Amino acid sequence: MKFGVIVFPGSNCDHDAFYAVTTNLGQKAEYIWHDSPSLGDVDAVILPGGFAYGDYLRCGAIARFSPVMGAVGKFAAAGGLVMGFCNGFQILVEAGLLPGALIRNRGLKFVCREVRLRTETVHSPFTNAAQEGQILRLPIAHGEGCYFADGRTLDELDAEDRVLFRYMGNPNGSLGDIAGILNRERNVMGMMPHPERASDPLMGSTDGLTIFQSVLHAVVRA
Amino acid sequence: MTAHAPEVIAQHQLTADEYRKIVAILGREPSYTELGIFSVMWSEHCSYKSSRLHLKKLPTRGRLVVQGPGENAGIIDIGGGYVIAFKIESHNHPSFIEPFQGAATGVGGILRDIFTMGARPIAVLDSLRFGRLDDPKTGARNRRILGGVVAGIAHYGNCFGVPTVGGECIFEPCYDGNPLVNVFALGICKKEEVFYAKAAGEGNPVIYVGARTGRDGIHGASMASAEFTDEAKQKRPNVQVGDPFMEKLLLEACLEAMRTGAIVGIQDMGAAGLTCSTCEMGSRGEVGIEIELDRVPQRETGMTPYEIMLSESQERMLLVAEKGREEEVYRVFRKWGLEAAEIGVVTEDGKLRVRHHGVVVAEIPNRELADEAPLYDRPHTHPPRAGLIPDLPVSKVQRTLPTLLSSLDICSKRWIWEQYDYQVRTNTVAGPERTDAAIVRIKETGTSIAISLDGNGRYSFLSPREGAKLAVAECCRNLSTVGARPVAATNCLNFGNPERPEIMAQLVEAIEGMAEACAFFDTPITGGNVSLYNETLGEGIYPTPVLGIVGTLKTAEPVTIPFKNTGRAVILLGGIGECDDTRFGGTQYAKEIVKQLWGLPPALDLEREKRVQFAMRKIIAEGLAESAHDLSDGGLAVALAECSFGPNEIGALIDVDSDLRPEMLAFHEAPSRILISTEFPKKVAAIAEKYEIEAPVVGVTIEKGIEIRQRTITLGAWEIGALKTAYAQAFESHVR
Repeated sequence: MKFGVIVFPGSNCDHDAFYAVTTNLGQKAEYIWHDSPSLGDVDAVILPGGFAYGDYLRCGAIARFSPVMGAVGKFAAAGGLVMGFCNGFQILVEAGLLPGALIRNRGLKFVCREVRLRTETVHSPFTNAAQEGQILRLPIAHGEGCYFADGRTLDELDAEDRVLFRYMGNPNGSLGDIAGILNRERNVMGMMPHPERASDPLMGSTDGLTIFQSVLHAVVRA
Repeated sequence: MTAHAPEVIAQHQLTADEYRKIVAILGREPSYTELGIFSVMWSEHCSYKSSRLHLKKLPTRGRLVVQGPGENAGIIDIGGGYVIAFKIESHNHPSFIEPFQGAATGVGGILRDIFTMGARPIAVLDSLRFGRLDDPKTGARNRRILGGVVAGIAHYGNCFGVPTVGGECIFEPCYDGNPLVNVFALGICKKEEVFYAKAAGEGNPVIYVGARTGRDGIHGASMASAEFTDEAKQKRPNVQVGDPFMEKLLLEACLEAMRTGAIVGIQDMGAAGLTCSTCEMGSRGEVGIEIELDRVPQRETGMTPYEIMLSESQERMLLVAEKGREEEVYRVFRKWGLEAAEIGVVTEDGKLRVRHHGVVVAEIPNRELADEAPLYDRPHTHPPRAGLIPDLPVSKVQRTLPTLLSSLDICSKRWIWEQYDYQVRTNTVAGPERTDAAIVRIKETGTSIAISLDGNGRYSFLSPREGAKLAVAECCRNLSTVGARPVAATNCLNFGNPERPEIMAQLVEAIEGMAEACAFFDTPITGGNVSLYNETLGEGIYPTPVLGIVGTLKTAEPVTIPFKNTGRAVILLGGIGECDDTRFGGTQYAKEIVKQLWGLPPALDLEREKRVQFAMRKIIAEGLAESAHDLSDGGLAVALAECSFGPNEIGALIDVDSDLRPEMLAFHEAPSRILISTEFPKKVAAIAEKYEIEAPVVGVTIEKGIEIRQRTITLGAWEIGALKTAYAQAFESHVR
């Protein structure tokens, strides 16, 4: 299969995501520049981490207006698989493709550390290779990763089984310990931790590969 | 033109002699703009006028050195068709005045130095010194400086997308009014794609790229070349404001533009801004450069030529392109949304000619401006000596170890490094506090690079020569502890006012010590930075030479600090070492328990140090070490505790055969010692024998606790949990 990795000005985990799905997962990938009006022939698209447009206003607030986001919206509406990691998650939220908001960490500081995540649902194209309740070790690296949403949205996420991962030991104050979520159609996901940084034994964990393998299963099966 | 008034010359920190030299070079009185240009280029910061004579003593050549000092960064061949570019630089003065932006732009400046050579930055480390955090008078300010500096480094590095993989952080009263912020950066590049800051080709266009020029940072270089007084706060406008997003765009755009083949030479605009980049590129290429200031993109209106030439606005680059191929360059910068403007042309007359509204406002020969700054052989006498050996109180090892583990210098700095993204680019094989040296893999070559920064102001104050040698030895030992072979070095020399003969003596001795040790370990200095006048209100800092040394190793699971399994032999490679009351005065024990500084630093035997390092690398290469940690601050007991703080909390029972007093045995800091645990003590012993070093088996790893005995008598026994908590949580309680 072929992954598309979107490059916004200020993306800085684009190379890492590319490396993870090519070298570590063994699939094809291509970069998609932010002003591209289409996504080409990719099977799934990754919005990587970084500081798109410097994140000076609000994380992801400018990037959502990039021309490529129109194409991402259409791709998602047609059932295409879309993943946002870290800054990518923030952009998807700003673009309205996922509910809620990501605000300043409760500790008010940037935090880079390994966290443990509990897999909350395996009924998604992003977690079908995981076990129910499987604990994944993945790194986080963000200053604004506190997931926030109103009560109704949180209830809805729970009721519809749309929470992908919860932190075990909440590092940023996220409501409901939420680390990653799905859209209603279950083909768009966002998560603050970095699976692309945990796809190589030398980086201390390969748990992130579970997510990429799930996507591979989903695409090949389809 | 008429002569400038003496007070105007003095304001520009030029002496009467220097002014006469300027008049001689020009054959006339300088214009006001020219005076400003000379003042920054001939400032200590840019010209190294006090240190250059002595810097020549440093070894700079080696088999792997592609580029030594004199460029934006040093370059080393790492094989496989690739090179690394690296350098360390200080941003001490700006970080005192405005900690957040001062530190942030320090990171920005060194990153530009790396990518201007064509190399993509892949690692940053920082060496920090602050004043006391608990002092009733200065504590609050020092905590604010610490918080601001760390946040500033995080802000810039994290956004730019370079991992901050390690460093060091020390606290001393002498840094109360003068913190040190030294930032090291390293980048990777194909060997044939290195770029140099050299102009060439008459008629080639000179192109300005990046942020617009404003009035920020004017005279930053001169500020960094003077002592601080109470008026320092008024210098806040001299500090620049960084934009890491702009820098990230510049990085990507510059690397992409370089690949077009249309770029002849390129240099960033750092200290002394447009002035420095134009005259240095011209001087290196032995050509002239003529620019028209009207074409320089400006952020503010009504800027004078003086202001435009001296502005230190950040995130700007100057490049020379091949005539006729400008469009290829412009196309790349347009793609990245960056402003690029042709501001001038390369000429053949060797002069920097600056026009404003078409009128020539400065015309100075490049070579004289860039390379003919006055050189001073400043008088140097003897470094100040420390006090005599005080009455040493008896202190129980049992109680002392927890005290040292929770002291600021020794305790975990997680509070700092968790604010840094130390993983981005997925090359960090060993990040902060996992090993003695940070390790980043090079995906392009399949090999890895290890990096260590070290400097010890206490040792260097006691003996600048020995302190510098010890710093070199420690860096090389840290690299060897992870199995890396040291290959090259960069240095940052932080000292006080060189016009004081005893301070100048510190500088001279430190350079000579460093030269001796770097030659001995075959780690040539490929570049660096000198930061003088680190004094506030006449109080100098400890002489603080900081070394950054890089080593090469194969890519593999790293041998980390913590013990991994119980029942393993604990070996002290290099032996227990020697110490006496005099050599005990620079230790952390002296600092935290005796609360004094005296005598001499630990004795270093270079020959033995080298043999220990060779043996260590051999032990790693043969896969014999399960854990490895060198003995440094806090000596044997602290190292042993740190080895026990792994996730499994495996400790050790050790019994040392030594005549030393108990507290000296536990806490002395003699170099050339590494604590390892191994399943194969006999094989380790054979290697130690081959290299003729002591390697006593001092104990065994155990499931619970740490115990230190001296000839069967217990000096101390501890639960690991309590020690680890003290070590892990101390820093946060200090910064609160």
